[in-house]
Formats: sequence, structure tokens, C-alpha cells
Amino acid sequence: MSPTRAARPPRALLAAAVVACALAAIPLVYLLVRVGTAGLDDVFAVFGRPRVPVLIGNTVLLAASVTLTTVAIGVPSAFLLARARLRGRAAWAVLAALPLAVPSYLAAYGWLAALPWMQGFWAAWFVLSLVTVPYVTLPVAAALRAGTTGLDDVARTLGRGPLAAFRLGTWPQIRPAVLAGALLVCLYTLSDFGGVALFRYQVLTTAIQQAYGASFNRDYAAILASLLVLLAVAVVIAEQFARGRAARQFGGVTGPARQRRVRLGKWSAPAVAVLAVPPALAVVVPVTVLVVRLFEAQTLRAFDPTELIAATGNTVLLSAGGAVVAVALALPIGILAARYRGRLVRAIETTGYLALGLPGIVVGLSLVFFSLAAVPALYQTAFVLAFAYGVLFMPKAIGGIRGATAQVPTSLEDVSRTLGNGRLRTWWLVTARLARPGIAAAALLVAVTAMKELPATLLLRPTGTDTLATELWSRTDVSAYGAAAPYAVTLLLVAAVPAFLLSRARAGAGELDEATA
Amino acid sequence: MRSSRVIALSAGLAAALTLAACTANPEAAESTSTAGDGSLTVYAGRSESLIGPLLEQFTEDTGIEVDVRYATSPELNALLLEEGERTPAEVFLSQDAGALGSIANAGLVSPIPAELAGLIPAGFTSDDDSWIGVTGRARVIAYDGEHLTTETVPDTVDALTAPEWSGRVAFAPGNASFQSFITALRVLEGEEAAAEWVDGIAANAPILTENNLATLDLVNSGQADVGLINHYYWFERAAEVGEQNMRAQLEFLPGDPGGIVNVSGAAIMKGAAGDPDALAFIEYLVSEDAQRYFVEETFEYPLLPGIDAPDGLPALDSLVNPELDLADLESLEQTQQLLADAGLL
Repeated sequence: MSPTRAARPPRALLAAAVVACALAAIPLVYLLVRVGTAGLDDVFAVFGRPRVPVLIGNTVLLAASVTLTTVAIGVPSAFLLARARLRGRAAWAVLAALPLAVPSYLAAYGWLAALPWMQGFWAAWFVLSLVTVPYVTLPVAAALRAGTTGLDDVARTLGRGPLAAFRLGTWPQIRPAVLAGALLVCLYTLSDFGGVALFRYQVLTTAIQQAYGASFNRDYAAILASLLVLLAVAVVIAEQFARGRAARQFGGVTGPARQRRVRLGKWSAPAVAVLAVPPALAVVVPVTVLVVRLFEAQTLRAFDPTELIAATGNTVLLSAGGAVVAVALALPIGILAARYRGRLVRAIETTGYLALGLPGIVVGLSLVFFSLAAVPALYQTAFVLAFAYGVLFMPKAIGGIRGATAQVPTSLEDVSRTLGNGRLRTWWLVTARLARPGIAAAALLVAVTAMKELPATLLLRPTGTDTLATELWSRTDVSAYGAAAPYAVTLLLVAAVPAFLLSRARAGAGELDEATA
Repeated sequence: MRSSRVIALSAGLAAALTLAACTANPEAAESTSTAGDGSLTVYAGRSESLIGPLLEQFTEDTGIEVDVRYATSPELNALLLEEGERTPAEVFLSQDAGALGSIANAGLVSPIPAELAGLIPAGFTSDDDSWIGVTGRARVIAYDGEHLTTETVPDTVDALTAPEWSGRVAFAPGNASFQSFITALRVLEGEEAAAEWVDGIAANAPILTENNLATLDLVNSGQADVGLINHYYWFERAAEVGEQNMRAQLEFLPGDPGGIVNVSGAAIMKGAAGDPDALAFIEYLVSEDAQRYFVEETFEYPLLPGIDAPDGLPALDSLVNPELDLADLESLEQTQQLLADAGLL
């Protein structure tokens, strides 16, 4: 990893990052406006409700437990994928990425149908952990592939055991990736509604949905959403603090990268279990349940293939648009965060992440508010919806772009500058080309998440346009599970494509043949 | 310092944009001319699979194209409030009266003409013609058919606060129909009795759900013994899995506040005042054809006098509580405060 520059960031980059940040902050401004109209009395009255402390406690408990679980499963999985001698490695990688394709509401529905007594904290923790493990596994595996075991070897020669060697040598290399993945998982859990609501676990998002639902008082909902934003701010700042220390401790890789593959031996069976069981539980159970329901359904409402194809086309196009917007917004912020330090940079990065902590309905309404005010001609067009996806999921792209850019040595950029290329041209010729796999991975991650998005889509889509997620929802809403099954399966298949591509993404840099180890 | 000037400029631009957004005067939505333009934009808080065929039939009969936006009624209510007068919607078809009342309260609707509004009996439609009722949905108790029979199930909700029902009752406190029921309880039995019931049920280890469908699923899978839902969800589910496979059974509650009838309805948005397409749509919804469609396809009560209720359901008059204004929002807010104080909301 290259050291960050001490210099001030160039003005153009800073301006671009601030604009991107301002656009990403639209939901936050909306919340501020709504809370402002609510008045201080109402705000205090909300805290007086007996349920609010319970909601906050539940939300924090769920987020913390899911994050710890995914790290506990994801890091060993990533280690097995990247550093262990494994047969059929590519297939295991695909399997590890597959839960990304499963929407949390679909996984929850599948599990609830299979085990009707599932409810409360344990059920929500279980399902959310299953579907978010890839957020940790994928970046950590990429970091392991790009790293080196040289330092581990040094630690071993000094007499440390294998676990201590891992802690001293490898862990500092992968710690930023672990933190980035954990951050995404934590924010996702804070903002998730569908998966948690089905298990009747009361958290802030279910209360927000209820508040928009029956209160007809958007101010109460906005106050609750602001609480969620505060939690998200705390989490993002904590991650930055932890990551900051990691970067200081670990200056850079010395010497050529070398990797020694680990023989599994008697650990083969547990290793297979760690790699196989979570994705299987996340993917196989919901799909099986849906197919079973398909055969149980007495009245298969008329199935129109053209509807399915249209919805599929819309899903792909809109999520691709969302990925483009997200990457465009995240690029200046990611580059800024990778190359420069300082309070302003941290503030920009923090603001960029916050929208991920908000439930989709809040982001959707904020964009209704904003687009009607600023660009009414574009209201309820595909552009605003793609933009909404971009704003919602830009944080997922920031981490990937930041990591990919940080791995490009600044010395290469310096050489390009001395040859007379301007900053932009240097970036295009040198940095972007080398960071391309990471940027592509970021775009794919946004695309796969946008395909599953529901609440903001319902609010912002052009009237009459359906995605696979909205079609699935409109059928399960009236118990037409038989009719819903084709859409659910198609959604899983379509979203599995970017997940598959993500599993094959390589971060580049020195993977030596095990024979030389 | 130069970089800070740039930052200040960009931040100022962003702030200016958002300030402009906040203070912008809402422009009135383009109103259609008095001659209909042959197309109608409807925001429908009902499921596409249920009313889609009805809307297609409307287009066939009248030649008016319908652009429908489907979402839940609460989401559409939030959306319409957010859009204000700039909404592209011309008609709002809502699953519950509270949402209609909320939109009317915000001054976003235009009154239904008296000759249409008069078709629906009082008590099932708005007091002031701001919206019109289309179908009726009765509150019922769904009970686990394997453990309970129609004799052992109470026929009044008051009984559910007794200790024997602890941990066995499921309902959705955020659901508009449930809240209408609480409002009915307050009107019919008085504030104190209603508060007692709410506190009683909250202390009785209730199973809280997100919506009526989730409640029915719990009863149907044996996770709850008794659930408070709207009647037609049972029929929807029965149509999917077969009546003989339904574990849950229904108990109607004639004369009890727990058995009140809520209505779904429609309103014409302000921007479509006088639009003949919108009026034609409203007229169609309360016509015999459409009312029969609701009876046969969604198993809801028709509100047009003279149409028979679905088979097997008690007559509408036996369930009615006419002193209730279903869209009284002030009352709804008090109900929500009551539920919040009991820790349910």
C-alpha cells in the first residue's frame, strides 16, 4: 500500500468531491427540513414515547451482532478462498458471492415459510448475517490475494506460532478491508426493513415505515430517521478512526510479494463447511420454498412472459444506470480519501456514507422532494430513479474505489507528471487503468444491490414501469406466491450475474505459484 | 486560501440549490382542460393483480387510457403529501379512508359531485364529499381452526384482554384498519373504556405484526391462536391455497366495535377538478359492474345499495356502526397517541 500524500488536494478534485457529497447529502437535508418543521417540542415528545429507547436498543444490538458474525464468518472464508489449497476454488468463490443476489426480504420470507416459528432477534440476526457475509468475504479475499505472506514468515522465524504470525503479518494488511466490509454490513443492517419486519423484530426502520404508514405525520418519521442517521454517523466515524490507525501502523509491503498456500489436511471438512453452509442457507432455502409454493398454488394467476421480460429489461437498465451514477459520484470521494488526509477529507467521506444507513423510503421521499423542486421535468423518469440508486448505493462504491486507488503507487503517477501529463490525464492513463478492476468491482456491487431495491423504486419509478423487485412485491403482497415464484427466481438469476463477476474479480499484484513458496 | 474558496463556492452552490428547493412555491399541476384528454393517471394503493383487470375493463368500456402507479396506500399518501399540488396524479384510489382523509385535510382534493357522492350511503363515504367510498371491509377475528371453534372464540374484542388470552392474540398496531377500530372503540364505548382496553391488550403479551397478511399467516401456521384482521385477506389466501387447506377460520363480530366496517375509496385530485376522465372513472368504480367485480374477485362488501354481498358473509347492515366518521384525522391522531402511550406504536 502506498503512503498517502501530505500535500493539499487539488482544487478541482476537492470541488468535485464536495459536489458529489452535496448530492449524496440530499436525504440528510430533507430530514433536516422535516425535523425543522416539526419543532423542538415534537422532537422531545418522541423521546418520551416508551417504545423509542427499545427501538434504539434493538437496532444497535442487531447491527452489532450481525457485523461481528459476518466478520467471524467472512474472514476465515476469505482466508480459505485466497490462501488455502482448495480444489475447485473458482466454484467456491462464486458460491461465496452468491448471497449478494438474494434480497433480504426474499431470504426472510423463505426462512419464515420453512420455519414458521422463526421470529424476533435471533431470526433477524440469522438471516441478515447470511445475506451480508459476502460484503466482508469479497474485499478481504481481494486484499489477501494482493498481499504477501513474507511478514508471516519473518514472524515464524522469530519463534511465533502460526496464529500469532497471522496477527502480526497478515492481519494489518487485511484490516482496512475487514473494516470496510464491516462498515457496509453495519450500515446495511441499520437501514434494512424487509428482512427484519417479517420476523416482527421492532427496530427503527420498522417504526419509520409504520410512521409513514399510519401516522400520516411525516415529521415523526423524519425524527426517527434522524436518530438512524446519528447512529450511522457514529459507526462511520468509528470505522474511520480504526482505519486511520491501521494505515499508520502499516507503512507498506517490503520486498516482493510472495504467497504460501496453506495445506488444509484434517481441517478440510470444517473448511468446506465454513465455505458451503452460509451461502447454501442464504440461497438454497428461499429458492426451494418458493418453488414448493409454486407447486402448491391452486390458482396460478395468468403468467405473462412479456411482463417478465419487460421487468427484467428495466431492472438491468436501471441498475446499470445506478451503477454509473454511483461510480461517478464515488470517484472523486474515493480518490480524495485514498490519496489525501485531513479533517475535510474525512468529513466528505463520512457524509458520503450516511445515505446507506437510511431506509429506502426516506431516500425515495427526499428525492421526490428534491427532484420536484429542482428538476420537475425529470420527476418520475428513469433518470431520477437511476440517480436515486446512485445516491443510495454510492457508499458501496467509495470503499472499493478508495482501496483500488490506494494500491496504485504514487510513484507511477509522479513519473507520469514529470513526463508532462496533467493531473486528469495522469489519472486517466495511469491510475484508472490500474485501478480498473477495483472500480469495476465497485460498479458491480452497486448494480447487484440496485437490482434488489424496492421502497425507493416504488416511489420514484416512472408510472407503469416495473422492475423484478416491484413485480415480486405486488404478487407476494396478496399471497399470490405461485405467481411470484417466476419473478423471484428470475431476480435471483439476474442478480447472480454481477455476483458471479464479482467473485472472479482479481485485485492484481503478485500471486506466486505455490511451487516457489 | 484558494482551496477553501473553491470549497465555499461549491458548498454555497449546493446550499443554494437546496434552499431554492425548500422555499420554492409549489406550482399548480397542469390541469387538464374541460374536454378530457383520453388518459388518466391513477395512484392506486391496491394490488395490481386484484384491480388490474378492473382497470383494463374500464379502458375497454370507455376508451380512456389509464396510467396506474401501484404502491401501498401509506406510501402513496406520503408521496402525495410530498408532491403537493405538483402531483401528476388525477385520482387516488386508496385502501383505507385515513389516507383519503389525510390528503383531503391537506387541501389536495376536489369534491366529488353530489350526484355521484349520493350513490353511496352515509357512514361509508366522506361527510363532505371530499372522497367516495368504493368497497367495505369488515374487521374480523381469525382463529386457529385446529385449537378453537366458533363457540370458544369470543364474539367481542373486550374478552381478549383476559389473562387466558395472554400471548395468543396477534394484530398490526400500525395498520390503518386496526387504528380505525380503536377510534371506533373510543367513540362507541368512551375514552376511558378504550384506554383500558388498549392498556389491557398491551399488557397481555400481544404478538405485534406489520400488516394484516402477516397476522393471518401467523394464525394459519399455528403461531398465534387469534388474529385481528380484515375479512377479505382470508378469502385472498383461500383462493391461492384452497379453502379446505386454510387452518385459520373467520369469526365476524356483529354489533361489536371490533367488527366495524372500514371502506376503501377514491378521491379526485385538485389538479383534475372537472376532468371528465376522472369523473368517468369514479362513476365506473361505483357502478354495478365494478361493484360486482369487487364482490367476485376481492370478496369485499359492495357499497352500492342493491348489490349482494359475497356468499357466506353476514349482511352489511348487521355490522354497521354509523356514528363513525372514518376519515376523522384529529381523532386518528388521538388514537395513535393512545397506542403510543401504551407502548404499541
